[in-house]
Amino acid sequence: MQQIISFILKNKYFLLFLLLEILAFSFTLQSHSYHKSKFVNSANSITGGVYSKINAFKEYTSLKEFNEQLMEENARLKNLIARSNIDTVLNAITVLDSTKYHQKYSYIPAKVIRNQYNRKFNFITINVGSNHGVKHDQGVVNSRGVIGITNSISKKYATVLSILNENSKINVKLLKSYHFGSLSWNGDDYNILQLIDLPIQANIQVGDTIITGGRSTIFPEGILVGTILDFHKENNTYKEVNIKLFNDMSAIGPVNIITSFDKQEIDNLEEGLN
Amino acid sequence: MNEVVKNSFLFIGLIVIQVTILNNINFLGYINPFLYILFVIVFPVRRDRGLLLVLSFLLGLSIDFFLDSGGVNAAATVAIAYFRLPLIKALTRKTEIDFPLFKIIRLPFLKLLSFIAIITLTHHLILFSLEYFKFAEILTILSRTILTSIFTIILIIFSLLLLNKNK
Repeated sequence: MQQIISFILKNKYFLLFLLLEILAFSFTLQSHSYHKSKFVNSANSITGGVYSKINAFKEYTSLKEFNEQLMEENARLKNLIARSNIDTVLNAITVLDSTKYHQKYSYIPAKVIRNQYNRKFNFITINVGSNHGVKHDQGVVNSRGVIGITNSISKKYATVLSILNENSKINVKLLKSYHFGSLSWNGDDYNILQLIDLPIQANIQVGDTIITGGRSTIFPEGILVGTILDFHKENNTYKEVNIKLFNDMSAIGPVNIITSFDKQEIDNLEEGLN
Repeated sequence: MNEVVKNSFLFIGLIVIQVTILNNINFLGYINPFLYILFVIVFPVRRDRGLLLVLSFLLGLSIDFFLDSGGVNAAATVAIAYFRLPLIKALTRKTEIDFPLFKIIRLPFLKLLSFIAIITLTHHLILFSLEYFKFAEILTILSRTILTSIFTIILIIFSLLLLNKNK
């Protein structure tokens, strides 16, 4: 016993050093695993508060651009409504089909208060949290496409696993056919992502549009992603399909968080299968 | 000024500067200097190293909270805090009796520079190795370590000059 105590006293700084390093390592390991919410995250009230203060200043420099984006989206949505007005007459005489009008998704508006794009594992912080109904694993989009998936949630803030994160994998498909693949990032250019696992049967061309596939419960089908920039074929498989995003990931402001009402049901079903 | 007050100001000030300004520089797309390790460099040299180890851990962890980077900054900062004293001993051949009067800034310039360079390079190497976490990325890790270190070292030297001018 005496020896143990004297050993501890003699090496107390080394043991303290070791203890702190082990703590730091375990936080690091936790941050490298994909699905878990992390203990060290910027969604807490201090970091979130600081970032929203900083953002309050920075916002002014990009107001014009964000305005244009919102106008663009407004115009697109107005067009949608205008088009749907055409067949209301038809709908009026048909029986209301409850499965057709069953709402599947709702959107929560949010603002990006901290954007990150220069690392390999990037996270975005947004100014909504559990108070606003945000949960773990919800899709985040803006008018020009996919942004990421929510990760750690606090009361007023949340972090988003950006698509610019090597752990991020999102189900996507070609606009023109039903060939699916996964969207991932190799860490180089923050506006160019990679499409992997695309079957060779898919006949792709430079400039083809990629949209979300809707096979996961996180994103609905048909949200914009980008266009094919270039691709190589090797051994009769697609080696590297580069995708240019519609978004400029270095400048994102207003976003929407997607709540999927069917997620629970689908997840339960799929769990039963396994 | 009281040493405790001065160091608390430095601790908080460095976090604020790092988070509000330095993390958004993105020179050449990805280079952000890590000035906050200045705290470990100027912290008074004492026999009791426990306080510095704990403070360095908290400093690194605060930065990690802001950057969503797990514990990489904490691990790197604790490591340089631990190896600081052996490094000072090796560089200056001073013994523990000299420490109460010893100040880093009083070192001859070349020794000061090599001290800062070794601390910075060690910190950045650990930081980027843990962040990338892949042996295949060794070249990226090394290039980022060296490029970022250059900026950090220049910033640290300027800040040291500035801090000492005020006295």
